[in-house]
Amino acid sequence: MRESSLVKRGGYFLAFSGLSLFAFLCVLVIPFLYGFFLTFTDWNAISDTFSFVGLQNYRTVFTDKEFLRQFLVTLRYVAISAILCNVVAFTLAYLLTSGIRGQNLLRGGFFVPNLIGGIILGYIWKFMFANVFTQIGKAWGIDWLKTSFLTNPDRAIWAMIIVTVWQYAGYLMMIYIAGFVGIPKDVQEAADIDGAHGFRKLFRVTIPLMIPSFNICMFITLSRTFMTYDLNLSLTNGAPYGSTQLAAMHVYQKAFMSKQFGVGQAEAIVLFVVVALISVTQVLLNKKREVEV
Amino acid sequence: MSVRLRKQHWGRTVLVFLLLILFLVPFYLVINNSFRSTELFVNSPFRLTNSLDPKNYIDAFAKMKFLNGLQNSFYITICAVALILFTASMCAHYLVRNRSKLSNAIFGMMVASMIVPFQAVMIPLAKIYGSLNLYNNSLTLIFFYMGFGQAFAVFIFHGFIKGIPVELEEAALIDGCGRLKNFFSIVMPNLKPVLVTVLILDVLWIWNDYLLPSMVLLSPSLRTLPLSTFSFFTTYSVDYAPLMAGLVLTIIPVIALYLLCQKQIIEGVVQGAIK
Repeated sequence: MRESSLVKRGGYFLAFSGLSLFAFLCVLVIPFLYGFFLTFTDWNAISDTFSFVGLQNYRTVFTDKEFLRQFLVTLRYVAISAILCNVVAFTLAYLLTSGIRGQNLLRGGFFVPNLIGGIILGYIWKFMFANVFTQIGKAWGIDWLKTSFLTNPDRAIWAMIIVTVWQYAGYLMMIYIAGFVGIPKDVQEAADIDGAHGFRKLFRVTIPLMIPSFNICMFITLSRTFMTYDLNLSLTNGAPYGSTQLAAMHVYQKAFMSKQFGVGQAEAIVLFVVVALISVTQVLLNKKREVEV
Repeated sequence: MSVRLRKQHWGRTVLVFLLLILFLVPFYLVINNSFRSTELFVNSPFRLTNSLDPKNYIDAFAKMKFLNGLQNSFYITICAVALILFTASMCAHYLVRNRSKLSNAIFGMMVASMIVPFQAVMIPLAKIYGSLNLYNNSLTLIFFYMGFGQAFAVFIFHGFIKGIPVELEEAALIDGCGRLKNFFSIVMPNLKPVLVTVLILDVLWIWNDYLLPSMVLLSPSLRTLPLSTFSFFTTYSVDYAPLMAGLVLTIIPVIALYLLCQKQIIEGVVQGAIK
């Protein structure tokens, strides 16, 4: 009797969560653990055997000047993109909740870039930077537009940032709009009656109440921009002179072009730890600042 | 006061419309120049096309094997999303209705796994599934999406099912309704709003994904749309005009979907982010 009920319960468990767990374990959990194990080996994709090298791969990662330089480029790209994305998105959301005409149509329009994959967006903007901006520069005599952003090591990263902001602003705007709409009417009215208008109301009342939205949007931009690959591949492909090769692309190159799987995976783990740390601290910090209503 | 307010509104409206135009100019340029020759495009990208010559489209359509890519994208997206929806909703239901240490551990692991970026498992995946000879197969890709999609979908369903009163199900079970039948006829219909949210997010993700299919699908006949666009671009990068048409062709399916169910898409995306 007991045994059959155990079989029954096991059958119930497997029928409902078996497939889900099987896929989850095979695709995510096992590869993740196995990947961690790989970082302690010198496996190179070609030979069948490998040996343990201890922490050698991590040592290689932290002394690899190229990786460190690209890591710094990535940090700069992530920081600037995250700030600009949120500023633009917040401004758009502010303007589009102030009751102007055609609000819904406008919101829908700003959201369009987010529907399209990074590869396609990268190509669209490649033409913008290479042909359209240079044309404008020549026609109107604007010197800094005459040469393409994409051929200049200092400006190519800005091309990446511009497209990233363009891609995510509409998406984050929608989250901020949900935040604006969620602010209780009585709080706003109280602020109006107390004589807080315009910017004062915005900074003293609205923004503190929007902290949860900031929290979500920062989390999204940080975790996504840190792992940018598609856009990087189609827009700049790391050029010129590797000045725009971001960390995620470096990992790919290390593993699949130079066939150093162990080192590549060690870099991937380092990236994972950094992203995890940033996300967790960021969430904790913001939780503290949330205002109770 | 009211005059000033109205003035402000006019100022804002104009500002926002200008911003939107700036935002959408790239699309205008791509569509406009997809009907023009490379020479016209390079010399005067902004000038409105004076013909709707489909030559570039015919070129691009054939060269990027558009129909083949479209078909593969549809097949993979539909299968993967259907599998995610069924398996994840059932799993979430089990985890909510059978609270135990094991259930909590499974759920906790799934939530924690959402922080792992794809790049952290990319190399081991290539090693494991490559050595099992499972690469270069659409089914493997569908299975990968099913695995990667679980955590988020289970998380969303879990939150929603917690809010559904258990009494409904208990009544059905007492009446002799089997567990599976109970799930499909009683629980599933209640999940509709959240099924739509997960469906939309997963469709957009899988349809646009590049890196994972680029690793798994090696033969050209298996390529999804983003892959065929990419290979088309790296092969024919001298002649711009057909490339523009190729971009428009790739964008059309998503934009069509957006025009059809804009409200659901925006709601789904916002809900998915907030939770």
